[in-house]
Amino acid sequence: MSNYMKMRVRNLNLFYGDFQALMDINMNIMENKVTALIGPSGCGKSTYLRTLNRMNDLIDHVKINGQILLDGIDIYSDQCDLIDLRKSVGMVFQKPNPFPKTIYENIVYGPKIHGIKEKSRLDEIVEKSLRGAAIWDEVKDRLDKPALGLSGGQQQRICIARCLAVEPDVILMDEPTSALDPISTLKVENLMDELKKDYTIVVVTHNMQQAGRVSDYTSFFLNGEIIETDLTENIFSNPNDKRTEDYITGRFG
Amino acid sequence: MKKYEKIIEAFLLICATVATLSVFLITFFIFKEGLPILKEYGIIHFVFGKTWSPTNGSYGAFPMIMGSISVTLGALIIGVPMGISCAVFLAEIAPKSIVKIFKPAIELLAGIPSVVYGFFGLAILVPLIRMHILPIIQKFNGEAYTSGYSILAGAMILAVMILPTIVNISENAIRSVPIEYKQGSLALGATQFETIIKVILPAAKSGIITSVVLGMGRAVGETMAVILVTGNMPKVPGSVLDSVSTLTGTIAMEMGYATPTHQKALFATGVILFVFIMLLNVSATWTMKRLGGE
Amino acid sequence: MAVNTKVYIENWMRGKGKKKINIKEKMALTWIYLVAVLTILALLSIVGYVLLNGVKHINLDFFMQEPKSMGRKGGIFSIIVGTIYLTLVSIAIATPIGVASAIYLTEYAKENKLVKVIRFGTETLAGIPSIIFGLFGFVFFVIFLKLRWSILSGGLTLALMILPTLIRATEEAIKTVPQSYREGSFALGATKWQTIVKVVLPSSTSGILTGLILGIGRAVGETAAVMLTAGSSLGVPKSIFDPARTMSVHLYLLASEGLSKEKTFATASVLIIFVLCINFIANMIANKYIKNTKAIS
Repeated sequence: MSNYMKMRVRNLNLFYGDFQALMDINMNIMENKVTALIGPSGCGKSTYLRTLNRMNDLIDHVKINGQILLDGIDIYSDQCDLIDLRKSVGMVFQKPNPFPKTIYENIVYGPKIHGIKEKSRLDEIVEKSLRGAAIWDEVKDRLDKPALGLSGGQQQRICIARCLAVEPDVILMDEPTSALDPISTLKVENLMDELKKDYTIVVVTHNMQQAGRVSDYTSFFLNGEIIETDLTENIFSNPNDKRTEDYITGRFG
Repeated sequence: MKKYEKIIEAFLLICATVATLSVFLITFFIFKEGLPILKEYGIIHFVFGKTWSPTNGSYGAFPMIMGSISVTLGALIIGVPMGISCAVFLAEIAPKSIVKIFKPAIELLAGIPSVVYGFFGLAILVPLIRMHILPIIQKFNGEAYTSGYSILAGAMILAVMILPTIVNISENAIRSVPIEYKQGSLALGATQFETIIKVILPAAKSGIITSVVLGMGRAVGETMAVILVTGNMPKVPGSVLDSVSTLTGTIAMEMGYATPTHQKALFATGVILFVFIMLLNVSATWTMKRLGGE
Repeated sequence: MAVNTKVYIENWMRGKGKKKINIKEKMALTWIYLVAVLTILALLSIVGYVLLNGVKHINLDFFMQEPKSMGRKGGIFSIIVGTIYLTLVSIAIATPIGVASAIYLTEYAKENKLVKVIRFGTETLAGIPSIIFGLFGFVFFVIFLKLRWSILSGGLTLALMILPTLIRATEEAIKTVPQSYREGSFALGATKWQTIVKVVLPSSTSGILTGLILGIGRAVGETAAVMLTAGSSLGVPKSIFDPARTMSVHLYLLASEGLSKEKTFATASVLIIFVLCINFIANMIANKYIKNTKAIS
């Protein structure tokens, strides 16, 4: 695949009031690759992930400077429409958060708000998204059942399908498997491998093995800074920075 | 899209200001109607004047002020100990199954229209006081007399009406006392009762005081129940068995047939009531904040 | 701990605890139980007394006939029509405003001066006694806006009175909608308004409904404010510009003028039964709601 840089982050700083949560972040996010963000709790990796589709806008007192370019356009500038941004940069959350609606309604929620109305088209999207999220076979006979009746792992894949239904370019995943059992985790990980053929994925994970299994690139965060970013195999076998090594070999816990 | 969202937000904001705007409107109009006569007649004269006789053009609201105060005090004397006891019962003593029956009962008490309370008082309490309570009192004081329409009747009815306010807010306050306090006290060998009196109630103080102040507001502002049982005599009362007129009752009774000046005088009565209630509400909010309630 | 306390209380109640279970404790406990029983008794006697004396006079004719000779005879048909009319008008005015206010306060408002003023204003409105609303409605709607004694004047006044209840109930309901629903919707590129309409409001309907029902209860039970704004005409109202008499006002006039014991009790019974229904429905919705939220979390 290409070496196209889908997103470029330049000198990004983020403040919660007086507290600086992210310091001078620089990163290139490669197209059709999985980039993993690792680091101890509270190091800023989730905060960072949320800057990529401006979910932090929901929080008061957050100030951001620096640049985040998506296909060359600064997502914090006036050129970029917030709604379009979130359409092209989707997000899957730590805890599965399906709406209290049926499976079908969950999936068509996005397409509908973006103006798709024809039933046949919506049906098509539902099947495609659910297949894309590898859950079609499990739910195809119960699309009209509440999504909250599914197991945690299934709910998370519904959320992924819901995200796919808007046809994003980039998918952000915030510890997508931390609330799931091992088997569901495996399914989601396999899915990520499939998805990267069509999408660019950024995933925050606590699980070192997971980062090793699923990602092409890994960034190590510590106290709001990126210590290093490299190919995953390099990070895990031969890190440049002592602190990365300490973390990977488990000295930070 | 953005513009559309902005318009919606502006619309919502406008709706959100309706309540506040009406408070301003209400204040403005009540004062506009009531202030001229207060000025003309003199506030002191109006508030402390002892004769309310609209037909003779004499407007002294003192009897009604005393009427409202005495009925409210009576309601508090009966209602506060009852309300706090119920709150303790619900929060600390009663098993869950009883709480489940008790709470809807309290809600129901809050939901019964005040005119029904008034009707009940008129049909039951007034005759009860006249026929059963009066003879008892007469044994001690031969000259006592009452028609039954009295401060006592009003106070009893109001006591029941303010119960829900006091019980609900106090119960919440008691429940929000940290369990550590209770554990600490019990671990020191205090009994449940000692713990309630010495630890829980003091810790829930701000909520309980707020509940009493709000209950007081409800009692002062209540109209229909009072009107039916207090007899509506604009005289300064001498005992709890006397008939009285309250601020609210006078307004409701006389508004229908008042001449223009008389009407203004009723609005002036409204001004006094309004100021009084506002002071109560503000002090309730203040207690909540000051004493660090929820 | 909970277990210990429970055991403790049981011992206490049986008088089996050790040294400090003295007479004072027993008296306190007796007092508290007494008050609790008294409270329930007060409720039962009010409801029971009215129903026992009133229900037997309620029949179809009572509902379908118009009142005759000032309510001494006949039924309460025009009064029921007036009550429904007035309640509907007030709900129709208050609901959109109330729900919109609650949405603004929970979803849009930042903590600034304006919002503080709005919150203070809403709380204050809730504390204003009904007779003051009546005075205001009289001078503003009836006289100043020249709406005269009419259902519209009464409905507008009542709408202001139930507004705080509605706002509070809706706010509470909206607050319980998990943040994750909103995030999920935003992350799909929904606008704030789309998120509110499609995700937040549907998840809080039962709370809003409860508020609405409590509002209806308050509107039907209100007397003083209605009397001063909608009048007390006994005729069947034909439009919202006609005056009307509601059940509460009718009950007041019957009781205070001692017109007919029978009709007074019957009217009071209808009111009480209505309140019972309102409470029952509100509780049912609330319970269902609690179950639903439990299933979600």
